[in-house]
Amino acid sequence: MTTWPILSVTTFLPLVGALIVYLSRGDDEAAKRNSRWIALWTTLITFAVSVILVMRFDPANPDFQFVEKANWLATGITYHMGVDGISLPLVILTTAVMPFCIIASWKAITSRVREYMMAFLILETLMVGTFSALDLVLFYLFFEGGLIPMFLIIGVWGGPRRVYASFKFFLYTLLGSVLMLLAIMALYWNGGTTDIPTLMHTAVPRSLQTWAWLAFFASFAVKMPMWPVHTWLPDAHVEAPTAGSVVLAAILLKMGGYGFLRFSLPMFPLASHDFAPLIFTLSAIAIIYTSLVALMQEDMKKLIAYSSVAHMGFVTMGIFAGTMQGVAGGMFQMISHGIVSGALFLCVGIVYDRLHTREIAAYGGLVNRMPLYAMTFMVFTMANVGLPGTSGFVGEFMTLLGTFKVSIPTAFFASFGVILSAAYALWLYRKVVFGALVKPSLASMKDLTFRECLTLFPMIALTILFGVWPKPVLDMSAASVQQLVNNYNSAVTAVKAAALLQ
Amino acid sequence: MVQAIVFLPLLGAILAGLIALVGAHARNPSGDEVEHHGDHGNGAHAHASDTINEDASVIHETHHEPGDGHDGHGPAEPPAAGSRAAELITTGLLFVAAALSWMTLVDVGFMHHDARIQLMPFIFSGDLQVWWTLRVDTLTAVMLVVVTTVSSLVHLYSIGYMDEDPNRPRFFGYLSLFTFAMLMLVTADNLVQLFFGWEGVGLASYLLIGFWYQRPSANAAAIKAFVVNRVGDFGFALGIFAVFMLVGSTDFETIFHAAPGLTGKTINFLGWHADALTLTCLLLFMGAMGKSAQFLLHTWLPDAMEGPTPVSALIHAATMVTAGVFMVARLSPLFELAPTAQAVVMFFGATTAFFAATIGLVQNDIKRIVAYSTCSQLGYMFVAMGAGAYSVGMFHLFTHAFFKALLFLGSGSVIYAMHHEQDIRNMGGLWKKIPYTYAVMMVGTLALTGFPLTAGYFSKDAIIESAYASHNPFAVYGFLMTVVAAGLTSFYSWRLIFKTFHGEPHDEHHYEAAHEAPLWILIPIGVLAVGSILAGFPFKELFAGHGIEEFFRESVKMNPHIIEEMHHIPATIAFLPTVMMVVGFLISYLFYIQRPYIPVQLAKEQPGLYQFLLNKWYFDELYDFIFVRPAKWIGYQLWKKGDGFIIDGFGPDGVSARVLDVTRNVVKIQTGYLYHYAFAMLIGAAGLITWFMFGFGGQ
Repeated sequence: MTTWPILSVTTFLPLVGALIVYLSRGDDEAAKRNSRWIALWTTLITFAVSVILVMRFDPANPDFQFVEKANWLATGITYHMGVDGISLPLVILTTAVMPFCIIASWKAITSRVREYMMAFLILETLMVGTFSALDLVLFYLFFEGGLIPMFLIIGVWGGPRRVYASFKFFLYTLLGSVLMLLAIMALYWNGGTTDIPTLMHTAVPRSLQTWAWLAFFASFAVKMPMWPVHTWLPDAHVEAPTAGSVVLAAILLKMGGYGFLRFSLPMFPLASHDFAPLIFTLSAIAIIYTSLVALMQEDMKKLIAYSSVAHMGFVTMGIFAGTMQGVAGGMFQMISHGIVSGALFLCVGIVYDRLHTREIAAYGGLVNRMPLYAMTFMVFTMANVGLPGTSGFVGEFMTLLGTFKVSIPTAFFASFGVILSAAYALWLYRKVVFGALVKPSLASMKDLTFRECLTLFPMIALTILFGVWPKPVLDMSAASVQQLVNNYNSAVTAVKAAALLQ
Repeated sequence: MVQAIVFLPLLGAILAGLIALVGAHARNPSGDEVEHHGDHGNGAHAHASDTINEDASVIHETHHEPGDGHDGHGPAEPPAAGSRAAELITTGLLFVAAALSWMTLVDVGFMHHDARIQLMPFIFSGDLQVWWTLRVDTLTAVMLVVVTTVSSLVHLYSIGYMDEDPNRPRFFGYLSLFTFAMLMLVTADNLVQLFFGWEGVGLASYLLIGFWYQRPSANAAAIKAFVVNRVGDFGFALGIFAVFMLVGSTDFETIFHAAPGLTGKTINFLGWHADALTLTCLLLFMGAMGKSAQFLLHTWLPDAMEGPTPVSALIHAATMVTAGVFMVARLSPLFELAPTAQAVVMFFGATTAFFAATIGLVQNDIKRIVAYSTCSQLGYMFVAMGAGAYSVGMFHLFTHAFFKALLFLGSGSVIYAMHHEQDIRNMGGLWKKIPYTYAVMMVGTLALTGFPLTAGYFSKDAIIESAYASHNPFAVYGFLMTVVAAGLTSFYSWRLIFKTFHGEPHDEHHYEAAHEAPLWILIPIGVLAVGSILAGFPFKELFAGHGIEEFFRESVKMNPHIIEEMHHIPATIAFLPTVMMVVGFLISYLFYIQRPYIPVQLAKEQPGLYQFLLNKWYFDELYDFIFVRPAKWIGYQLWKKGDGFIIDGFGPDGVSARVLDVTRNVVKIQTGYLYHYAFAMLIGAAGLITWFMFGFGGQ
């Protein structure tokens, strides 16, 4: 259908942008301004190209589209790209969020601007590549490569404890991925190829399934992050610059969920079914545990980071429920959380830029001086709480609905998140925004600028649009999700039937 | 027509919201830098503000008003620009919606033109297919009338009541937003849309309770209202999931068709093999308990009085809190099949009716007395629901909306006259000063206590009769509690009247300054006073007589025998509520007019009981002790001990610490002395030789 390698263009365009930034040397104001503009235009064009992807995408077709294939390393290891209904929404999310990140860093970053912009552009390539790679080795390359720019972003432009946070982030995630590499090798020896579509239709022996599932799980669970390997996230978020937090929350966390959907469920259905109770338990614990911890936080970013862990708990729970609503809900929750948590971190960044502190206690009564900010923050707070009419509701509701059919106790305990999220989110809002404005340091706070409105208002629009009309996202992924669920269930029932016969 | 009713308030809300935002933005400059006051004091930053708000002035130049230089700290903030426009737009749209609603009631109730209008798809995924739909049958039409009528009157009233508030566009935006959410709730055709409206009114309630956001108490009350409601919604959501699991749909029609086939099915709910329908109904009822402030989940309602008085009248008396009653009536085909759930409904309704009334006896804040009264009256409605007399409960909902909104708005008029004094101990003798308010409050009180031929008389007596006639296991309990509560209601209502309007003034300063409110306020309460008298008799046959079949038709599924049996109860029983009403009045008259020292004496003689009631049965303290503190404690422990000590301690921090230990020791070995290395070489060589000799020798 396509005449040009549109997916590769989307993937590598940011890399080209990074190269241009690199070539425009100099360290004066003009050079900084140039690199900002180049980065912005690169991300915008990338986004425009990805919109073409959406327009040409056939949502009724559950298979991979825009497929590109070329010889690469060896037989069985090829350069293979393509997207289906599960990866395309995440690709769009990535390309859509990046311009906001660049705009959000416009004034906040003043040192090493060139390197900063390059790091973000390279990161974009790696993230888009992760979601569109159809070869395990290629996937691994993108997946792990993403660590490096993020490591640098936290470690170079981060806060006071940035070195600790960046190493914690790096080591945690690396540990998981080493195991995944072993599993990839095992799969290669088993199937003779690392081609993902082929592997999806290759039966994997039961014992290998278990081990490979665990190895992949180690990697994705850290990325998600799931309880109890979540402790890197609050530290990383707190120390990262605003745009780094946005990318981390909006996109990097989704790699774990994407991995579960792309590998664990289709390739190891039996192991997934066996381990579903484990995932359910961990998810329910994550939701309640991190929500309780969020209640007691004193740092705005930490609170939102903990609430992210809780929301990702809904995703894992929904995915492993293996029902249509559960998986589609998990998918939707990932997109919705990408918008909402990204926007929440932007909101924190806005007051951080003004006052240079994230202490909740340092704020109070902002509504008196910042009415637009108060309105914006309210919308995202409510979306975080999962109020119907915002996108946060649809994901939570569908995952819980899908899980209830499979495991009532999980849905029951996970629903406590509904109460607790209201408690911590509204408490945060009250402490920061409501109340009388008495602190002298806040007396001259100013409302959102045009640039800040530019980053936040589109997100408000999307949050509410997807809240009342989630159809575009759901439809895009429906066919692929349906196929995934069908394959998963037929594999599980086949084994159960075989067990009955014996 | 229905679309207009539902979406006109939304239009009003959006317009008022835009006016509020644009106005607020114009008053507060934008910029992303901060001037640093205080200890610097060198003025170096003083010019910063001029340069950085250029962004804002580009887009909002046209909206700058003369009072732009105001700094927002002074007590007398000027009103927001466009306040009057926002008021008139929202109020006008609401009156149109109200007029259309009455037409709809006639059209649907008598002409039988029920309607279902599909607007657009909402959530579509696999067999989950949810539409945005407007459903209009008689039950909905009754609610439409209640909601839009009270809402339009409250809008009108607020123009007068809020005339000194600088943030009126925001207030009217919230009011209209609430009305929209409530209308979405009552026109829902499936559980998900019902839930949308349900949480939407919760949001509006949260925003309006916390409208005066500078008050810490208002913020606390707002959060409490939202979170306690969420506890109920937790059950509601699980109920929706259970319904979907059983039926495979959330549409009411499908559920009601499938319901009879579900009897006898069980669900394993956390190890409890529950009857499917009973469990579902109980979970859904939990939502109703939260929204309608029933016993155990009632604590938010009295605190919600922190909001402006018109809000209390609209949300916390006439409409939102009755959503739970509406939900049970809407789901009557399910509840009729689950007698155990009905028993629970009646138990909680009766308990609330009694319990809230006892607290109302001793409160001193005029709004809190009316709030507890609301709580108690909602209990009555649930008693009717438990008895299977759904239309009777709806009847009380209908009449109650008028007289309770009247009592709240009347109290608001008193508070307005007394310059925001709310303690009835500081009032007294006001009837001479504000005779009109006194008259309408009398009407409201008569209707609430069930004085013959007022609206409350018909609906409340019908509920007590239905409790007596029903075959619910808690029927006797329900009957006794509601009868006792009728006496208590009469007592506290008259106490309020006597202490406020009669006797000697207790605060001369405020008393002298008291004056009747402007027409904006007087007209709505006059209309409601008329409604409090007329809403009863003409509707009696339709709601609680032989016209039910014809009027409600399929929209509620009544218990088939309840109406017949209600008409055959002994006359003594039928008179009992009226007797209780008179007794309550006489005791109140004795206590507060004849012998005012008696209540003081009683409080002294029974300090335990008095404190117990005054402190609202200590529910707030109890919940704080068993929920709030433990949650915070656990959260803190999980954070510091769980995340910090265990996970990080044994995870990354522990590992890196061990690695450091090891390297430190390895470093120690490398001493740099030649003879250390020479010695190590010697030992090594000796070891190797030994191994070669004996190792190979062994082979």
